[in-house]
Amino acid sequence: MAAEVPPPPEIATSHGLTAEEYANVLEILGREPNLTELGIFSVMWSEHCSYKSSRKWLRRLPTEAPWVICGPGENAGVIDIGDGLAAVFKMESHNHPSFIEPYQGAATGVGGILRDVFTMGARPVANLNALRFGSPSHPKTRHLVSGVVAGIGGYGNCVGVPTVGGSCDFDESYDGNILVNAMTVGIAAKDRIFYAKATGVGNPVVYVGSKTGRDGIHGATMASAEFDQEADAKRPTVQVGDPFTEKLLIEACLELMAEDAIIGIQDMGAAGLTSSSFEMASKGGVGVELDLDRVPVREEAMTAYEIMLSESQERMLMVLKPGKEDIARRIFEKWELDFAIIGRLTDSGRMVLRHNGKTVADLPINPLVDAAPVYHRPRGPAQPRPVVEPGDVAPPEDVMESLKALLGTADLCSKRWIWEQYDHMVMADTVAQPGGDAAIVRIHGSHRGLALTTDCTPRYCGADAATGAAQAVAEAWRNLTAVGARPLAITDNLNFGNPERPEIMGQFADAVEGMGEACLALDFPVVSGNVSFYNETNGKGILPTPVIGGVGLIDDLARTATLALSAVGQSLVLVGATTGHLGCSAYLKEIEGRGDGAPPPVDLACERRNGDFVRAEIVAGRITICHDLSDGGLLVAVAEMALAGGIGATLSVPDGAPAAHAWLFGEDQARYLMATDDAEGLVERAGAALVPVAVIGTTGGESLTVTGSGTISLAQLSESHEGWLPAYMGDA
Amino acid sequence: MIARVHVTLKQGVLDPQGKAIANSLKSLGFSGIAGVRQGKYIELELEDADPEIARAAVEDMCQRLLANTVIEDYTIELDG
Amino acid sequence: MKAAVIVFPGSNCDRDIEVALTQSMGRPPLMVWHRDDSFPSVDLIVVPGGFSYGDYLRAGAMAANSPAMAETKRRADAGVAVLGICNGFQILAESRLLPGVLMRNATLRFICRDVHLRVEESRPPFTGNYRKGQVIRIPIAHHDGNYFADHETLARIEGEGRVAFRYTDQCGKPTARANPNGSSANIAGIVNEAGNVLGMMPHPERLADQALSGTDGRAMFDGLVEAFG
Repeated sequence: MAAEVPPPPEIATSHGLTAEEYANVLEILGREPNLTELGIFSVMWSEHCSYKSSRKWLRRLPTEAPWVICGPGENAGVIDIGDGLAAVFKMESHNHPSFIEPYQGAATGVGGILRDVFTMGARPVANLNALRFGSPSHPKTRHLVSGVVAGIGGYGNCVGVPTVGGSCDFDESYDGNILVNAMTVGIAAKDRIFYAKATGVGNPVVYVGSKTGRDGIHGATMASAEFDQEADAKRPTVQVGDPFTEKLLIEACLELMAEDAIIGIQDMGAAGLTSSSFEMASKGGVGVELDLDRVPVREEAMTAYEIMLSESQERMLMVLKPGKEDIARRIFEKWELDFAIIGRLTDSGRMVLRHNGKTVADLPINPLVDAAPVYHRPRGPAQPRPVVEPGDVAPPEDVMESLKALLGTADLCSKRWIWEQYDHMVMADTVAQPGGDAAIVRIHGSHRGLALTTDCTPRYCGADAATGAAQAVAEAWRNLTAVGARPLAITDNLNFGNPERPEIMGQFADAVEGMGEACLALDFPVVSGNVSFYNETNGKGILPTPVIGGVGLIDDLARTATLALSAVGQSLVLVGATTGHLGCSAYLKEIEGRGDGAPPPVDLACERRNGDFVRAEIVAGRITICHDLSDGGLLVAVAEMALAGGIGATLSVPDGAPAAHAWLFGEDQARYLMATDDAEGLVERAGAALVPVAVIGTTGGESLTVTGSGTISLAQLSESHEGWLPAYMGDA
Repeated sequence: MIARVHVTLKQGVLDPQGKAIANSLKSLGFSGIAGVRQGKYIELELEDADPEIARAAVEDMCQRLLANTVIEDYTIELDG
Repeated sequence: MKAAVIVFPGSNCDRDIEVALTQSMGRPPLMVWHRDDSFPSVDLIVVPGGFSYGDYLRAGAMAANSPAMAETKRRADAGVAVLGICNGFQILAESRLLPGVLMRNATLRFICRDVHLRVEESRPPFTGNYRKGQVIRIPIAHHDGNYFADHETLARIEGEGRVAFRYTDQCGKPTARANPNGSSANIAGIVNEAGNVLGMMPHPERLADQALSGTDGRAMFDGLVEAFG
């Protein structure tokens, strides 16, 4: 009972420990902790490191499939992609630091996720991101967009890993809490994956990379607390990234990994040396002795507390096989990086830290890690919204003007201004650039490829977290399918408000359940992920934003699809059923100024049937032009295909369709649009597969026409679509 | 001894960063700015205490690495 | 042909050029670490793209002072062909193997996209496989590609026909709109007086493979192989 727990000292409270947690510290130690020990408990038990609010729910996600080599719990997830290779990937948030200092926050976010991937022995081959900013009219938004994009580019471009895709939306709920979620995908030899497990009593513990400074102390606890007006005062805890050192670290680590020298390796991310050493020791069931005097530092008179909690970037901790110290040292010296043997493994099961000749901390490892709190926070009920019927929404005065307006909104406009600041071609394997349904990166030296995407529609999640999260998984699966890939697995980045509020906990639990259902139905397991809570300012949370990063495999790069129309006189064929679902749609939000209604329902069986049909058509080489239908519905999809290829189209609303505006702008799920010379054959095969299809138009001309609703030139649409973001950023 | 090196673009070389700073300052409401030039400041801690030797060494460093004399000027201050 | 690629800490297009050269040469080039000043004799030395030394201080400044670059300068003076791409062009300019400098892009932003280039001279060993006036599509990816030289230098390199490539529109017109970074006279690449050193900001090695939606860059590497056998 809480009442029986004595109030903790002020110093424990200021470290974010609750009365119960502090009582637990006393019980584990049998004494009062000193300051260094208290700091260690505080970061190890922070939300960021311990997942204390989310763990209970995350356990329910499907994480297995025959192709999964390593699921959640390691630095990144690992899946088998054939030919003896594995894809290693993860997504992680750097939301709070990016709001405080957008350039460095975003840059170090990219650096951190890259390290999670190459730590496991993979060469990073692609970066993606998912960005959410506040309302375009908010005074800080422009500055944040500019800084975040420059930071992602500044880091990724320098390390030479292409940034091949991503997403970027705007909503006022992010005014005080932007989201910067970065994903890295790497490729490794399947039998040479490295894990964060320390074994072998007596083996050396080695520190490599940059020197340790006072930067970022308590970043992990910052990421676990709500923002208030004092956010600007927290600036000193933001770390500065050094992508040049990261590039050297990638090359040095991969070079050392080719030798038979490493037992375990872990990057020093959040909570730096503390979490890396505890996690490695705990996984291997060993003790550790560290001599903090040997840690390379770049500031004078650093205390043990500061050394253990620093979040200086571009550092790694590893345990080497005995006798391999010299090989390792030579490699790191070649790359001009610090290399220091800072301790060894013991059989004590304890973390013993020495500094200036004294023991400054002596903590039991497993009790501390195992006793990390798990909260069963109250979960508020979902509040279902009524479905908006097509008849509840007045038709637009001018359909084509509405289309032009939609294409020029912050959410639907072209994001070229962003992705042209990212080197998306370095490594010379980027087959499909940003701007399509999914990016395609060739597996180096082969004719196979990985398809990659990040997806989430927060306005659906805000209306119904379970459906919205299932939709995010389905859309990622659909985007991979639309380029012809076989979807294999996902990483997730679950961004939510303050979990201590039942309403937010309810959103979170619903979202995880919705995701789980979709992953199961689509054979699309979760192999890694990250939770970011407390995205909340002055008691107002963000829209629930469970971002999904999907990875799929393409067996033959000659058989893929792109969205750009490439020939005139082809038939446009719509795959999937259209009821004209306008609730929560982009059309309702942008044209009618309404955010009401339930999001479109997600029928997973139908999603799977339609997607499997589409993929089979692409893989058979029969379809090369395909686009997934999402935000803005059918007409926006047609416009995107026309603009990408510079070829127009004419559509007719079929008999029996819902009201024209609902048919054109509704956001029913599980739909694709294809262009083909053989509509008859496609319709026949779809019929056999029980997949609903309709021939809705033909390609050609330099404008877009909807019979009975009007015509608009591609030039006008392009001006609206390409113009908004540069104009907003002051480049027009 | 401390050597302070300021590197600036030569007059006549377009300085887009300086121009952007000038525009931003104007949009923040600062008036009366005739021009902005952005440069670099490099601080060197030297072991040599002889100012003449030190100056000659830093001069050489500027010529060979710290400045690109095609577009940049530099000044050297010695202290201590 | 024998070729060498110099690798600096922070180079990141070294593998890409290795792949492109291997494709044209039928065997891989020699990869030379920046500290090595005694690599075997070759017909072509490539200084690849990337962020050598993080582009700290000035892009290319520190790499220009490496032992391998000192050796490259000696060999360039003796007539060996030297190709600098992107960061490599910056390094060649900092080494004074080529005149002028590459300044921050006029937009102040990094820019990565396909651009059109007009081939200004069809001249071995680098551009012999292109036609004079041919418009090709090649990607750029840089933050500091704004070519600057004083009037006298510009007049000289123009007069001597040393502009190798110019940024143009699809029709080959060097318009202001087609200039992605503010370069003087839309200059994308130049050669030295003797014609054996080429520096260019665009990346021909990134478009030398049909799977990557274009092969306009390949003619340069094939041309080099033809020139050196």
